[in-house]
Amino acid sequence: MTTLNINGEVREVSVDPQTPLLWALRDTLAMTGTKYGCGIAQCGACTVHVNGAPVRSCQLNVGDAEGMEITTIEGAESKAIEALRVAWNELDVPQCGYCQSGQLMSAASLLERTPKPSDQDIDNAMSGNLCRCATYQRIRAGIHRAADILEA
Amino acid sequence: MYAKILNQLTAPKPVSRRRFLLGAGAVAGGLAVGFRLPPAQAQEGETAPINPLNAYITIHPDNTVTVLSSQFDMGQGAWHGLASLVVEELGADWDQITVKGVNGNPAAYGNLTAGGAFQLSGGSSSVFTSFDRYRVAGATAREMLKAAAAKRWNVNVDSLVVSDGFVRNGDQAASFGDLVADAAQIPVPENVALKPREEWSTLGSDALRRFDTDPKTRGTFTYTGDVQIPGMLTAVMIHPPRFGATVKSFDGSKALARDGVEHVVAIHRGVAVVAKTMFDALQGKELVEVEWDESAAEKRGSDALLSAYRETVMNEPEVVARTEGDAPAAIKQATQMVEATYEFPYLAHAAMEPLNAVAHMRDDGVLDLYGGHQAPDLYQMIVSGMTELDMSNINLVIMPTGGGFGRRAVLDADVVTEAAMVAKAIDYSAPVKVQWTRENDTLGGRYRPATIHRVQAGLDENGNIVGWDSHIVSQSLIKGTAFDSGAEVDNTVVEGASNLPYAIDNLRVGATMPQVGVPVLWWRAVGSTHTAYAVETFIDELAAKAKKDPVDYRLAMLKDHPRHAAVLKLAAEKAGWGEALPEGRYRGVSLHESFKSYVAQVVEISIEDDLPKVHKVVCAVDCGIAINPDVVRAQMEGGIGFGLGAVLAEELTLKDGYVQQSNYDAYTPLRMNASPEVEVHIVDSDAGPTGVGEPGVPPIGPAVANAVRSATGKHVTTLPFQKGMRA
Ligand code: FES
Ligand code: FES
Repeated sequence: MTTLNINGEVREVSVDPQTPLLWALRDTLAMTGTKYGCGIAQCGACTVHVNGAPVRSCQLNVGDAEGMEITTIEGAESKAIEALRVAWNELDVPQCGYCQSGQLMSAASLLERTPKPSDQDIDNAMSGNLCRCATYQRIRAGIHRAADILEA
Repeated sequence: MYAKILNQLTAPKPVSRRRFLLGAGAVAGGLAVGFRLPPAQAQEGETAPINPLNAYITIHPDNTVTVLSSQFDMGQGAWHGLASLVVEELGADWDQITVKGVNGNPAAYGNLTAGGAFQLSGGSSSVFTSFDRYRVAGATAREMLKAAAAKRWNVNVDSLVVSDGFVRNGDQAASFGDLVADAAQIPVPENVALKPREEWSTLGSDALRRFDTDPKTRGTFTYTGDVQIPGMLTAVMIHPPRFGATVKSFDGSKALARDGVEHVVAIHRGVAVVAKTMFDALQGKELVEVEWDESAAEKRGSDALLSAYRETVMNEPEVVARTEGDAPAAIKQATQMVEATYEFPYLAHAAMEPLNAVAHMRDDGVLDLYGGHQAPDLYQMIVSGMTELDMSNINLVIMPTGGGFGRRAVLDADVVTEAAMVAKAIDYSAPVKVQWTRENDTLGGRYRPATIHRVQAGLDENGNIVGWDSHIVSQSLIKGTAFDSGAEVDNTVVEGASNLPYAIDNLRVGATMPQVGVPVLWWRAVGSTHTAYAVETFIDELAAKAKKDPVDYRLAMLKDHPRHAAVLKLAAEKAGWGEALPEGRYRGVSLHESFKSYVAQVVEISIEDDLPKVHKVVCAVDCGIAINPDVVRAQMEGGIGFGLGAVLAEELTLKDGYVQQSNYDAYTPLRMNASPEVEVHIVDSDAGPTGVGEPGVPPIGPAVANAVRSATGKHVTTLPFQKGMRA
């Protein structure tokens, strides 16, 4: 039995401690907002926040996640992510949307670190998040828009 | 025709030898995605009007409205498009609307590009096939709601006004939800008039934002892989290591000893490890030993295949798709002869959600199959044949998926049959989700075929093209499959080359289609993904020889193709074609028609590390009436990114029959840092709506290549650039 702190709640999971957090979230806790895309830290679809930093949940084992503060897309409600949601809705950023949980979690971390990111900052922070539908232009515009919303 | 297909399918024959006799028309127009849209077939044979409240729209007593989509949504916005068609006529409030996929009513859902008898999403045809149908549904339902209100209030229908989900008569108002039970009793009116375009309130504008955006920002949008059923197990597949191999024997005992692994079973496509969770299944998979029968496996590598193609392409083509005048003779007599040979790699769809499907035998004996079903009627028939369940006991639940790009339109229902057959193999004792790993997905075949083109042309003393002879060597997507109609030419191989719009008197486009054991499939924009590149870069090659401006050179040959010419002019004008650029920046242009839409793109690049860095793309598109302009823009942006990633760095190779790339570390789609600014201009048109999901893809590669020529003088003929420019 492993005790996880997810979205401010204590959740007990009885899985092999080697289980990647991604699968514990999706299969054991039925929190399916976090997506599987590659399993090898190449796509970013599984991005969650761990102690405030963006982490690929396919790479973090449940055993190692014990005691850490985990936030998933379902529980994310920081000012940054709410501003991003507004921007995403204004601009209709998603196409299939499958990558967008991860995009938003990465973008929220970026805005928390860098409230007014440049295009170069966005390239650096977001190039680990694949979008096969290639919504990149709108992701970029959405991040700039969210930065403006936060500033206002 | 549906009945005919059904008879074919339900006849007791082994599944592997079944043929889906759709006829040449359906093949050319339907799944073959490359096609002509048949003009006058709409509604043919549909005599009694379809009750929209049974087939297209569900109005709930709580006043929510569900639009029932015949079209599968893989992210392209088909659901949004169909809902916007309904809402314009129905008079519902946009916030009332949700959409879900449906099937099981071919008369109502049959795709009009495939003769109308067969439900199918593909060929960028969702709006084309739904444009009248879903507006008529909305208008008819509205009239039924009005008739119900008129009866209730004992007033004349003409005094009623419908808007925001209410029918009103002066101060009286009733919601759709309140009226629906009465409306359902009203006889279905015929020939309901549709609003003329001038009266549209939301259609054709950006007023309606996508209904599915918000849940996609909260992780609450449910994809196939997110389906939850109590007691559901997850299966991971072990597929043959080489195409065409089969399971000889397997030992699952070690896997079964692991906690969480419930079953290890062999099915028609490999061995499935069935476990409590994905992680259990993945761990179990490592412990299974499989012995493969590789006697029929494809053991050639892509190098060997391509070098064989290189010889083949020098010979006469096996089939001729188009011929006018005498191309070889005209080229021989020309002042100048120009020639190029192009090489295109295998490409993977690589959608972000790896393939998956869920099978659940319900207590009432109905097998629910959840998945991204692009051809649901077909999948139902195939699963019926394999499971020996009656068709009426197979229910397809059409789920959205994380991308698709053609990969979920398969003639053998691959992953859907895996879910059904794993469920059957465990005696339907639990619901089963088959979830492919990324590796399953990348290694699993169904690629855009590797292709070689040889193009020769003759120029006269003024640089005009007097002859054009092109030979394409590519596996066929259709031949030898269940959809082989026997037609000599597979249009999906030659489309984009055989319908070349330029006025050339002596023209020949031929193809040779070798048999190779690597499975191939339509990949977003299909044949045009390679033909556009060969045609449009070769035109620039000829323009250079003729010392003419590439835009002028094209326009001079497009006198009979005003829609082509118009998008080309628009893109050139918006991009400032001919105007000076900053030092180190170069432009390239291209033009292509696919799926009855016309797209021209002008790119601006620089060269960094010997590769093109694309800064900006100006795209002009004529897709007829743009019913949702922002979706058109999004599809152009996405198509450009998809196509650009491919020409820059995507390539699948095989060594001795083994695919060499298995994940995104080696198969590398476009990322943010290589993503250009895209500016889209939509031609204002009154023509019927045509495709947008695919037509943004073909022009980007050649536009970039033409810019590379301006920058370096080099004509890149081998893709991806990563290979072709560094060779
Ligand atoms: S699934 Fe974790 S990075 Fe792709
Ligand atoms: S929106 Fe489809 S993968 Fe990003």
